Amino acid sequence: MTVESGQPGLWRRFTAGARNQVSGSAGDVIFRLVALAFTLIILALAGSLVFTVWDGARPSIGEFGFFGFMSTEEWNPVFGEFGARHIILGTLVSSLIAVILAVPVALGIALFITELAPPSLRGPVAFIIDILAAIPSIVYGLWGMMVLVPFIAGNLNDPLIDYLGWTPFFGRPAFGLSLLAAGIILAIMIVPIISAVAREIIYSVPAAQKEGMLALGATRWEVMWKVVLPYARVGIVGAIILGLARAIGETMAVTMVIGNAGYFVANLLAPSATMASLIANEFREAGTSLHVSALIHVGLVLMIVSLIVNIAARLLVWSVATGPSGDRR
Amino acid sequence: MTQHDTSTATKEREVSGTSATEHPAVQASSPGQSHVAHVESTAPGSLRVDDLEAYYGSFRAVSPVSMAIEGRKVTAIIGPSGCGKSTFIRCLNRMHETARGAHIRGHIYLDGEDINGPKVDPVVIRRKIGMVFQKPNPFPTMSIYDNVAAGLKINGIKSKERSMDEIVEQALRQAALWDEVKDKLKQAGTALSGGQQQRLCIARALAVEPEVLLMDEPCSALDPIATLAIEDLIRQLAPQVTIVIVTHNMQQASRVSDRTAFFMMNAQRSGELVEYDTTAKVFTNPADKRTDDYVTGRFG
Ligand SMILES: Nc1ncnc2c1ncn2[C@@H]1O[C@H](COP(=O)(O)OP(=O)(O)O)[C@@H](O)[C@H]1O
Ligand SMILES: [Mg+2]
Repeated sequence: MTVESGQPGLWRRFTAGARNQVSGSAGDVIFRLVALAFTLIILALAGSLVFTVWDGARPSIGEFGFFGFMSTEEWNPVFGEFGARHIILGTLVSSLIAVILAVPVALGIALFITELAPPSLRGPVAFIIDILAAIPSIVYGLWGMMVLVPFIAGNLNDPLIDYLGWTPFFGRPAFGLSLLAAGIILAIMIVPIISAVAREIIYSVPAAQKEGMLALGATRWEVMWKVVLPYARVGIVGAIILGLARAIGETMAVTMVIGNAGYFVANLLAPSATMASLIANEFREAGTSLHVSALIHVGLVLMIVSLIVNIAARLLVWSVATGPSGDRR
Repeated sequence: MTQHDTSTATKEREVSGTSATEHPAVQASSPGQSHVAHVESTAPGSLRVDDLEAYYGSFRAVSPVSMAIEGRKVTAIIGPSGCGKSTFIRCLNRMHETARGAHIRGHIYLDGEDINGPKVDPVVIRRKIGMVFQKPNPFPTMSIYDNVAAGLKINGIKSKERSMDEIVEQALRQAALWDEVKDKLKQAGTALSGGQQQRLCIARALAVEPEVLLMDEPCSALDPIATLAIEDLIRQLAPQVTIVIVTHNMQQASRVSDRTAFFMMNAQRSGELVEYDTTAKVFTNPADKRTDDYVTGRFG
C-alpha cells in the first residue's frame, strides 16, 4: 500500500547520501538501513498500539457510544454500566490544581536560575530541579501516602474548611486522600518539566531586548515582567501545557493518594479518581469483557487527550525555539 | 522614495549654530603620548571621566581614560573594532556592570555627581543617561505607543503638567517619526522599517527626558538614507541633550560631532584613548600619528 509505494523513494534518499561519500560508504549504507528499519519498527509498534486500543474499546463504543460514554456518570461493573464522566472530571480537576500550584513555582525557579541567581548558583539549582524529574513516580506516591495525605488530614482540612468552607470547593467528607492531595503531588512532579522548558525559553530571549528595557531605567524585576515574560509567553504557555500533559497521564502517584472514589464531587478535599488511576486500579480485577472494554475505552480517551495536549505544547515550544517568538503577535 | 525620506529628515531642521567644521576653540593638548584636550563644560548633561578602566573578569578592555564630555554637544567615539568603544560607552550609563564578571575602576561624573557612588542607584543613572543600541530593538510585544511610553510607565512621568499622550507625541516628534506613525500608534513597533525602528528606539529613550543619550553605532544596521535621517536627527537633538555616539564610519563622525575621541588597542589588546579634540582638528590636523593614519584610512 502506501508504505510499499513510498519505499523506492525512501530507499533512494537513504542510500544516495551515502553513495556520494568517498570513503566508508558501505558502513554508511548499512547504518542508514538499520536506522530506517528501527524507525519503521517504531512506527509499526505505534500503529499496532493505536489499533489494539481502538479494537479493544470497540465493544464499549458499540454499547455506550464514544461520546455517550464520556458524558455518563455511572460506573457500575456489577450491572455492566460504564460511563467515564467522573474520571474525566477527576483528571481535569486534579491536573488543573497541579498546574495552578506548579506554574508560579516553576516560573519563579526558571526566572531565578536565568535572571537572578549568581552564576555560581545557577548550575547546582538547575541540577537539583532536573533531578526531581528523574525520581520514579511510585516514590512520589509513597511520600504522598506517608507524609502528604496525613498532613492534609491533620493540618489542612480543618483550616481550609473553616476559612474556605463557604465556597463549594472545600467541605466534608474530608479524609486526606483527595483531589487536593493528587493535585499537590502532581504539582511537585510537573514543576521540573515546566521550569526546565521555561528556562530554555527564557534563555532564548535576546539580550538586546533586556538591555533595551534596562537602559530605560528599569529594575531587573521590571525587565522580567515587561520584557522577558511577554517575549517568552508563547513558549511558556507551551511549557505549561507540557506539564499539563504529564499531569493528565500520570498514574501511579495519583492512584496512591486520590482515594479512588467511584464518583466526582466538586469538593477538593473529597476522594476522587482519574482516568489513569481507574485503569490501574481495576484492570486486573475486571471480570466481564465489557468491563475490560470500558477500561480500554477510557485508555483510548486518555490517549487522545494526551496526544492533543502534547502536540499543542510541542508546536508552541517548537515555534519559539525555531523563530523569534516575540515577532509573532 | 529617496526624495521622501531625505526631505522628511531635513524638513524641520533647526540650525544649531555649532557645526562640526566651525567649532571654535581648540584646546591645548596635554603633554606626552596622548593628546587629550581637557574641556571644562558647564552646560548641563556634561560628563567627566577620570582614569576609567573597564574589565571583563581580569581582562582590561579599556585602559585608563580621562576625558570631559561637553554638555549639549555631540561627541563621537571612533576607532577600529574591538578597541573598547562599546565597553567604554556602556560604562557611562552603568550598563557595563550587567555583563558577567564586568567591573570598572576610576570615576565618571555626571554634572559633578559620581555615577558609581555608593548611594547611587544604577537604575536612576540609566534614566538620566539613555542608550540606543547597534541593532534597533523595539519591544515586539508592544505597540508603537507603548514602546515610547515604556520608560515612562516604569519611571513615572516627571512633569506633572503633561500627560502621557503629550510626552509620547513630543518624543516621536523629536525623533522625527511622528508624521510617519501618528495614524498607527497602536500597531506593532516591529512592523516599521529598520530606520523607523531605530528612530522609535530613539524616541523611547528621549521620552524619559535623559540628560545624556548614548548611541552605539546606531546606523550600522541601516541603509544610507535611513542613516542620513538619523544623522540629521542627532544634529537637531544636540541642543537639548548631550549625545555620545560610537561609530566606525568616519564620515559620520565628521558630519555629526563637535568633538571626536579616537580609541585604539594597545599591545595588551586593551583600548586606549589616543586623541580627543574638536572634530575639525582630529580630522584635518591630528596631533598623533596613529590618529592621522586611521582617519586617512591607512589602517583600521
Ligand atoms: N561580554 C564580554 N565579555 C568578555 N569580553 C568582552 C565582552 N564584550 C566585549 N569584550 C571584549 O572587550 C574588547 C572590547 O570590545 P568592544 O567594547 O565591544 O569593542 P568595540 O565596540 O570597539 O568593537 C574586545 O576584546 C572584546 O572581545
Ligand atoms: Mg562595538
